[in-house]
Amino acid sequence: MNHTYKKIPMPIRYLINTALIALLLYAGNAVISSGITNRAQSSLVLQVGIYIILAVSLNIVTGYLGQLPLGHAGFMAVGAYTCGIFWKSAAGSALPAPAAIVIGLVLAGIMAAIFGVIIGVPALRLKGDYLAIITLGFGEIIRILIINLSGITGGTPGLMNIPKRSSFLVVYLAVAISCIAIHMVMKSRHGRAILSIRENEIAAESCGIHITYYKVFAFALSAFFAGIAGGLYAGYQGLLTPSGFDFMTSINILVMVVLGGMGSMAGSVIAATVLTSLPLALQSLNTFRMVIYSVLLVIIMIFKPSGLMGTYDFSLSHLLEKLLNIRQPRENSPAQTADKKAGKRNG
Amino acid sequence: MDKMAWMPSNALIPERDLQKLPILDIRHLGIDFGGLTAVDDFNLTIGRTEIAGLIGPNGAGKTTVFNLLTNVYAPTRGSILLDGRSTAGKKTYQLNKMGIARTFQNIRLFKALTVEENVQIGLHNAMRYSVGDSILRLPAYWKQEKQAHEQALELLSIFDMRDMASWKAGSLPYGAQRRLEIVRALATQPGILLLDEPAAGMNPSETAELMDNIRKIRDTFQIAIMLIEHDMNLVMGICEGIAVLNYGSIIAKGTPQEIKQNPVVIEAYLGKKGGAQA
Repeated sequence: MNHTYKKIPMPIRYLINTALIALLLYAGNAVISSGITNRAQSSLVLQVGIYIILAVSLNIVTGYLGQLPLGHAGFMAVGAYTCGIFWKSAAGSALPAPAAIVIGLVLAGIMAAIFGVIIGVPALRLKGDYLAIITLGFGEIIRILIINLSGITGGTPGLMNIPKRSSFLVVYLAVAISCIAIHMVMKSRHGRAILSIRENEIAAESCGIHITYYKVFAFALSAFFAGIAGGLYAGYQGLLTPSGFDFMTSINILVMVVLGGMGSMAGSVIAATVLTSLPLALQSLNTFRMVIYSVLLVIIMIFKPSGLMGTYDFSLSHLLEKLLNIRQPRENSPAQTADKKAGKRNG
Repeated sequence: MDKMAWMPSNALIPERDLQKLPILDIRHLGIDFGGLTAVDDFNLTIGRTEIAGLIGPNGAGKTTVFNLLTNVYAPTRGSILLDGRSTAGKKTYQLNKMGIARTFQNIRLFKALTVEENVQIGLHNAMRYSVGDSILRLPAYWKQEKQAHEQALELLSIFDMRDMASWKAGSLPYGAQRRLEIVRALATQPGILLLDEPAAGMNPSETAELMDNIRKIRDTFQIAIMLIEHDMNLVMGICEGIAVLNYGSIIAKGTPQEIKQNPVVIEAYLGKKGGAQA
């Protein structure tokens, strides 16, 4: 009578996911290089990738840690300028392009993370609206600094002639690595510590979780990937102006996270993709474009206030497992149903 | 501190623990909130495997004592020695690492997480792998996560909650939520477990089961348990030593038998004989 629920063992799960990532990369590359897509479409793909990283990284702090920062564009700016300046100065040197790309992006991430720690330590003493306002302030400070440090950053006219290094391959790999890394951290004791702070700070602390450490850690991790996204943005635009990192950019990213469902990585990815491509898709509607965009946001928030995905995360392996088990007679011993439910959340 | 030279100054300790360093030694503990003295001159020692009770009328300061022991509030006066080490100036999470774990009067679970995740968060400090280990999924990650998984299930089976491991903590029935809080506290491997009204809202049969389980926990883990409870059957049934708190001060200490017959305690609970008349 005891039908066990078929499960896909760990290494095979990873293989399936790796294969899928490789397949998508191959398909994407083929489509773009075949020339079917026009310029606007291929550059949209890069934009989508950059916004996916931004949304997924902001989701660490809003969705998993449960705080509301409004200065995400500031971290993006730090990464963008770091990477832009590095790539510009490395352009003439003997450094091979792949190495320059990796070093530039990692540097961008690290610089942004440092800023994340500097801002996080004082900011995370506050909560809710106070944290929102203080991070908003810091975001603006970063932007003003960029304007005024014109010797390094090019000031208001901007930092020009950055080598355009954000190819499809680079952006795609950065997206994949960012998402995987964040997923791996969240499914570990460190990720659980972050979640426990969101759920109940007092209980978390009495369970031996170092609250301040994990708050700052989540903040820095979020800033790190925002910095990488910034670096990609620099290599995508070839030109950086401070006005590209204003308050509205932070809000746009936040809208993606909220719309996708706070705490759901798949939600962030979907929302970032949809919201970034909508303006282009609706281009034919011209003047009504922004109206439709806004109406759509309102409708989703009314009918699905927890966001498109809620906190649910998509898992290919579990979908496959479901298909594998579809022919089994439904026998619901508590342990078995419990097993299935567990499957939904893990991995 | 020399273990053998230690003499219980305000003994409440069962005989088997007398020769050992007490797990908790509280001296002259007090706290003022503004001008109000919530707890004053609180002295108590708890043996390493003792089940101790803290009772008293509503508002007597029982939960405040727990909050002082876990440094949620910093004491205004007095000292606490946890396993011989002073807890002064330590943060709540550091005290947990030093061996004190607690549950809450108003349940504080991680509601959106599963039962197993709740327990695994308790096991956080039992695992040691780094962020890098988790990103790269190095062997340290797999090994410790597997251990934590098994340990969590084992702890859950104390309360027959193994089957609920993948339930959302918030979806558990009330009694099970209280039990999960105890399991989560136990997962942090404490030397002393503070239970704040563990039987609140439980029916008599659940309470009876809880009593067995508290004893079982003490016997299996060889730890001390201190509990606040209004259910006198539970307190008198399992506590070896009881302290009675009223208006922030201890008015009586002793075995359940002694407490039951203590006129001061009866007065605190029921009022003075003939005092309410006239």
